[in-house]
Amino acid sequence: MSDRPVFADGLDDIAQEFLIESYENLDELDRALVALEREPDSQPLLASVFRTIHTIKGTSGFLAFNRLEAVTHVGENVLSKLRDGELALTPQITTVLLQMVDTVRALLASIETTGVEGDIDVDAVSAALAGCLEPAAPLVPAPRDEVEPAAAPEPVAEITPEPAPEPVAVVEPPAPVAPLLAENSTDHDEENARRSVADSSIRVDVGLLDQLMRMVGELVLTRNQVVQYVGETQHTELQRASQRLNLIATELQEGVMKTRMQPIDQVWSRLPRVVRDLGAQCGKSVRLVMEGRETELDRTLLEAVKDPLTHLVRNAIDHGLEAPEVRTAAGKPAEGTLSLRAYHEGGQVVVEVGDDGRGIDPAKVAAKAIENGLVSRDQVSRMSEREIADLVFRPGFSTAPAVSNISGRGVGMDVVRTNIEKIGGTVDLASEIGMGTTVRVRIPLTLAIIPALVVGQAGDTYAIPQANLLELVRLEGEAAESGIEHVAGAPVYRLRGTLLPLVYLDEQLGLPAPAEREALNIVVLAADNTHFGLVVEEIRDTQEIVVRPLSRQIKHVETFAGATITGDGKVALILDVAGIAQRATHQTVAATAARMTESERSRTTETTRLLICQVGADRRLALPMTDVARLEEFSVDQVEKAGNADVVQYRGDLLRLVHVGPLLGMGSANADAETYSVVVHRHENDAAVGLVVDSILDVIEEEVVLSAVGARRGLAGSAVLQSRVTDIVDVPALVAATQEN
Amino acid sequence: MNQPRQLCTFTVDDLYLGVDVMEVQEVIRYQEMTAVPLAPEVVRGLINLRGQIVTALDLRRMLNLPPLEGDELPTNVVIRDGADEAVSLLVDQIGDVVDTDPADFEPPPPTLSGPARELVLGAYKLPHTLLLVLDTERVQNSQRPAAARV
Repeated sequence: MSDRPVFADGLDDIAQEFLIESYENLDELDRALVALEREPDSQPLLASVFRTIHTIKGTSGFLAFNRLEAVTHVGENVLSKLRDGELALTPQITTVLLQMVDTVRALLASIETTGVEGDIDVDAVSAALAGCLEPAAPLVPAPRDEVEPAAAPEPVAEITPEPAPEPVAVVEPPAPVAPLLAENSTDHDEENARRSVADSSIRVDVGLLDQLMRMVGELVLTRNQVVQYVGETQHTELQRASQRLNLIATELQEGVMKTRMQPIDQVWSRLPRVVRDLGAQCGKSVRLVMEGRETELDRTLLEAVKDPLTHLVRNAIDHGLEAPEVRTAAGKPAEGTLSLRAYHEGGQVVVEVGDDGRGIDPAKVAAKAIENGLVSRDQVSRMSEREIADLVFRPGFSTAPAVSNISGRGVGMDVVRTNIEKIGGTVDLASEIGMGTTVRVRIPLTLAIIPALVVGQAGDTYAIPQANLLELVRLEGEAAESGIEHVAGAPVYRLRGTLLPLVYLDEQLGLPAPAEREALNIVVLAADNTHFGLVVEEIRDTQEIVVRPLSRQIKHVETFAGATITGDGKVALILDVAGIAQRATHQTVAATAARMTESERSRTTETTRLLICQVGADRRLALPMTDVARLEEFSVDQVEKAGNADVVQYRGDLLRLVHVGPLLGMGSANADAETYSVVVHRHENDAAVGLVVDSILDVIEEEVVLSAVGARRGLAGSAVLQSRVTDIVDVPALVAATQEN
Repeated sequence: MNQPRQLCTFTVDDLYLGVDVMEVQEVIRYQEMTAVPLAPEVVRGLINLRGQIVTALDLRRMLNLPPLEGDELPTNVVIRDGADEAVSLLVDQIGDVVDTDPADFEPPPPTLSGPARELVLGAYKLPHTLLLVLDTERVQNSQRPAAARV
């Protein structure tokens, strides 16, 4: 045997797959060839036959099965001529092709049992196939008569004058090599060796798998109940049995889940083609790097991430990577790199799509967002770079200067995010100008059974998916009272120096608040790039839960993601964390959280000089010193009326007064004061305005970690300054508000 | 309505109602249930029916009737729809299975008004009483948002 053994220990995965696929293809080929004989002009049939042989040829070349490649190569030549109409299909040719199929089958059998092609003769069939290519022979009508009996059971001998019968003979015993193996192995091993690859794996109806999964879900629930009841008894035998049940159910669950797992390569495998075509279309040369293609996830999820991933890849090539000349000018290799990475992390699958392109320019994104009317200039000026980059996920956003047929229609990233969030995943984006962009998609391993935190509220049980859970905070006694601060009416908790907006579960559910809370349980949750604290009455335990959809009567309640049955046999509703975040807080929380993560990640915020003043009972306001021209004090008698506005004569002009406290709804502590403390503000070329505050406290220089809690017209948000929650005044917006009135 | 049918009958307040036995999965006594905050008013809660989560719909609320008085507990009539989704109808008392004659069937009497009119397909004239046939599809889609409770 001249062939080297390709596989040291058994067949490796690629060859295994190749064999399974090829066997199936060959069966199909037999049928197709026979059908083809009846309708020799059928282009679809010819094309399908051609494709099959082509595939086998390609893969065998790749796996270095030279004989297989040789014989399929000639076969392919014949088929391509048939397909192109240069050759007409005669029964003779059909027979030769069928012989080729048999030879291929024999080769595959040999590869399967021994790992090598063996000494199966392919020359005869190759010659016969080559013979078909001889232009004169098959095209003349004469052979037609000659082959008429070809339909008879024994055609081989008749048609092919030369070595045709030979290969057939060789093919007949498909496993002449098996005895070689059997010599030094037991009967059992021999049996295994003979067991064809096709026999060791079967195709299973996906519906059946889904049904199995559902039943395992039931079993897990029942197991949970049994374990709970048995835990309360003293019966040792019963406890032992329940432990066994517990173990088996877990293993069964893992096993069934595994049957539904497929490598992400199923989705990735077609991306090289997409990348190549797109690159050519955009005039960019792209190198595709894939890491972790064997990473597995549930097939339903695989299906769900297919489109978003393709979209991200398209985006990266179309928007991310620059044209080669631009890259060379920037000192980068002309060829752009698109990297796909997949890995498991913390019970989730992470898929990254990264490019080394131009990165996202916040300025451009901001300009585009304003142009598209998504945000106002005012809002943008208050956003962090990260928040601005996040704007690309807003519906209706598009940075492509022109609408190409690849992307730039403004439907894209928002759909990506929506689709990923639909399956309980998250999307975030990291970008550096000139260096590239990476989009990170996190998805759960499976949707059917998830770990959850079980909490109690007003006697009922609710489940919170652990994927959303960050940490638990419990405030007891004094802390439960004093720990909660309010920013413009919104409750917040200071979690390690950053403000965590709080949402009360009872309020969200429309339930009455408990009479008194001796302790406060805060479940810190993340959803949609948002952090917030959900205040619940009671934290019970964690459980594996089986997610059930809600019936149509309650499907639309966005607070709930589904229902489940807990260990005690009761039905519990599963909270939809993203839904609650949206319902409770709209944009506020999102903005806060984005700022919080920003401040956590990069403590680069510069210190700002701020004027601290007081209004109302004890509300602290901070004004950036850049907005302050002078500080003045006027006696109340100096105040006069001009129209509806209070004015004072100031430096030969009228100074319009703005009462900040009442304007912001914070009231004024000293309505009957004799003097007004006034902050004079002058905005560019506008007339000066006097902001009346109750008292001026301090000028400080501090790093401002702005939180959007309490943000509204005139207030940029709030921050912890001098260890106290202080609202930051957006002076231009505040003044603008008074001018409209 | 032109086939003789068997109806599973029950009462809600003074109404004598029925649904086709083919639609009924089972009849079970009152089950403890989990309330669904924010849900439409007709949804009384979710019950665990041997591992299956079933939404219980309160027919009294759906028909704008006062709640059941005293300690009496409603009975679950679990029906299964074409989409294989099971819901339970909470009724006061379960009755017999009644054989009906299509000749006795009539569309809802004009005197029938209010929510019952929307939910009833028609009536069978039985010797002593009228048996109203519920339109289960409509019953399941009956959405009376709990606007007042939020």
